[in-house]
Amino acid sequence: MTDRLHRILQNVQKPARYTGGEYNQVVKDKKDVDVRVAFCFPDTYEIGMSNIGMRILYGVMNELPGVWCERVFAPWGDMEAAMRENKIPLYALESHDPVKDFDMIAFTLGYEMCYTNVLNMLRLSDVPLLASERDGLQNIVFAGGVCAVNPEPLADFVDFFSLGEGEEITKEILECYRTAKQAGLSKHEFLLSVSKIDGVYVPSFYEHSYHPDGTLAAITPLHGAPERVKKRVIEDMDHAYYPEKTIVPSTEIVHDRSNLEVFRGCIRGCRFCQAGFCYRPVREKSADVLYRQAVQALEDSGNSEITMASLSTSDYTQLEQLANGLLDYCAPRKINLSLPSLRADNFSRELMMKVQKVRKSGLTFAPEAGTQRLRDAINKNVTEQEILDTCATAFSGGWNSVKLYFMLGLPTETDEDVIGIAELTHKIIKTWHETASSKKRGLMINLATAYFVPKPFTPFQWEKQITPEEYLRRVHLLQEHLRSRNVDYRYHESDLSRLEAVLARGDRRLGKVLREAVNRGARLDGWDEYFNYQIWLDAFAACGVEPDFYTVRGFGEDEILPWQTISVGVSDAFFRREREKAYRSQTTPDCRSQCAGCGASTLCKGGVCHEPASV
Amino acid sequence: MNRLLFEKTGDAVYLSHLDLMRLFQRAFKRAGVMVWHTQGFSPRAYVSIALPLSVGVESRCELLDFSVEDGTVDIKTLPERLNATMPDGVRVLRAYESERKIRYLTQLEAKITLEYDCGLPDGAQRAIAALFDRPELKLIKRTKRGEAEVDIKPMIFRMELRRASSQELELKCLVSAQNPGLNPQLLVAAIETQLPEFAPDFARIERIEVYEEDGTVFR
Repeated sequence: MTDRLHRILQNVQKPARYTGGEYNQVVKDKKDVDVRVAFCFPDTYEIGMSNIGMRILYGVMNELPGVWCERVFAPWGDMEAAMRENKIPLYALESHDPVKDFDMIAFTLGYEMCYTNVLNMLRLSDVPLLASERDGLQNIVFAGGVCAVNPEPLADFVDFFSLGEGEEITKEILECYRTAKQAGLSKHEFLLSVSKIDGVYVPSFYEHSYHPDGTLAAITPLHGAPERVKKRVIEDMDHAYYPEKTIVPSTEIVHDRSNLEVFRGCIRGCRFCQAGFCYRPVREKSADVLYRQAVQALEDSGNSEITMASLSTSDYTQLEQLANGLLDYCAPRKINLSLPSLRADNFSRELMMKVQKVRKSGLTFAPEAGTQRLRDAINKNVTEQEILDTCATAFSGGWNSVKLYFMLGLPTETDEDVIGIAELTHKIIKTWHETASSKKRGLMINLATAYFVPKPFTPFQWEKQITPEEYLRRVHLLQEHLRSRNVDYRYHESDLSRLEAVLARGDRRLGKVLREAVNRGARLDGWDEYFNYQIWLDAFAACGVEPDFYTVRGFGEDEILPWQTISVGVSDAFFRREREKAYRSQTTPDCRSQCAGCGASTLCKGGVCHEPASV
Repeated sequence: MNRLLFEKTGDAVYLSHLDLMRLFQRAFKRAGVMVWHTQGFSPRAYVSIALPLSVGVESRCELLDFSVEDGTVDIKTLPERLNATMPDGVRVLRAYESERKIRYLTQLEAKITLEYDCGLPDGAQRAIAALFDRPELKLIKRTKRGEAEVDIKPMIFRMELRRASSQELELKCLVSAQNPGLNPQLLVAAIETQLPEFAPDFARIERIEVYEEDGTVFR
């Protein structure tokens, strides 16, 4: 007889994402295993399996003897309903064992709108939501990922957070857990012990108190917990774990390709960019290591595409050498090499032409702001001339479509800056008319604007988010000035970006809002099919929490910030300096040109940054 | 033309036809076989799988045709090399050269297991046997162009029904494979619509073998 799971799989969309069994999944003999980790990605299989961080940590954990790390993803709505109806708890893909049976439950947090999935996945697992409701060492919940830099909205649910890059700290955490389990420690004793690991933040070891106006009055460490927990970094990227042998999904995922991480960090210092500050300092991998890893990854997976990933791949110092080597390998094998996030300022015609040999990929620019004044204010060091020159090169090379990304609501933005977006777009159209090698198919410009979310650990962390009404006014202002059929303009929904701001900048009082929203059915909020703003508004109202407090109010520079307990290695003084410079539209040179003294060098041994000395 | 005979069982039944093609494109690369690529804007390794299998259906007789870029491939060791990197449930049984065109594949043998959670209902076996004994069996078939009434009876060549356990009936059938083919799922649909009182709680379908017109096994 067919079991319940296999019966429901017949009737759900894309059932292959719920079975596991892919080539290279890790299956261990349970009798050789004493620490089982359910590694949960709080979104669907197709998103999670595209995430290189998850692949790295899956490999790192499974390399440890006695540890078996398995994957868990958020089911799509139809599968969730079928699982509930048939009383099938959330299970891990490798063993199909319920998450509830695991020692540790790990989450990776890449995006604020996945927080409801974290709660919903715990609920589907039948694991108590609140950390305080879970006793003992079974089902220890921990989380990492970029959103962990402000862990407070999830403080009620997560036992501890792992900050920064996970290759080393995760091993230390698992070792600590194993020792605790063998010694029969209580959960409190384990948390005390794990809190001694650099980069581990135990939220229950901090007491938050508030002023009558709702701002934070004090954050008091308890049980000898450190005042500030600093993120971890991997210094030697050439010797860091790279998943040369990694799971090859049997069904289609979002980024169905090998992923080569050429460096971590970013030299640029764009003032709006959380990743740019949170992943400092820059640490490159050498081209020969990358080439070897690329060949191994491609041969083992059989993938027909590989991408060079980083925050700004064209800043990779050995790009030409690596790209040439990879192209020589890829072209005869009909493997496509893709180069995302190339900057406009040093994009070379030669490289474009070479990449085109296998398959032509799109041309994308993110000028982020429409005028030079505002680009200077946000330290997006790209000039209009550079963008137009690059476009001219591309158009004469046969490209006929461009994607342009901007933000609306950046600090100091005026109507002139908004209209500047339309003007820059029109200049690109003019450039196409002057330079395009073939005008037969016409020009297509996909223009998108995002609603700026001031993020923690950026110089704009204190800034207000503009109101949704003002955002939409600027959207319409831009629309009025876009007078070309060549332009397809899309803008982000204001509701989602407003919530993103609340969750990114929120404090512990958002825990009950999250719980309320999940109780009211919120999940898969990153998906249009499921995002329901009204649920959130109702949840805020029911909990007496005012979203505006976290968005349009802004934080005072002397106010205690909810994320004050965390350090990404960049000093508060640097953020303040950068904010002042933004107001003066004054740029800061990139790390390679001149050290701006951000403080990230303290993350490296001996306090010496890898930039600019190594170049 | 080179041909693979492979099976798709267990959890691999949830892979779609497209998934399976992509899976083999990668598997060939992993095995170091440079499959012929389509020309044009977006070159792809060209593989062709006969008679796309519905998601959820097991098969022990899938056929995949491919050719190689440089013309030669060590076909004897190919199953072993491919199987070394296959996901659970997909297993290559044979690799060989074949000139036999897929259009000569005309008959399909399938096994349908009808599962009744509360035990076989009285009279189910007799009623189902009688249903497929009718001279004509018209069903509403949903196609891309809308709904159409079709008589599936002429597409059923042979039918055997037996009690497999106290909860299972096993329906073994030989049906038309193509032009037009009969998807064995329609036999389950026939029971569900014509004999709702004997509709099973679940039906498991397995493709057993493929044949030519004269009854010889198609390879």
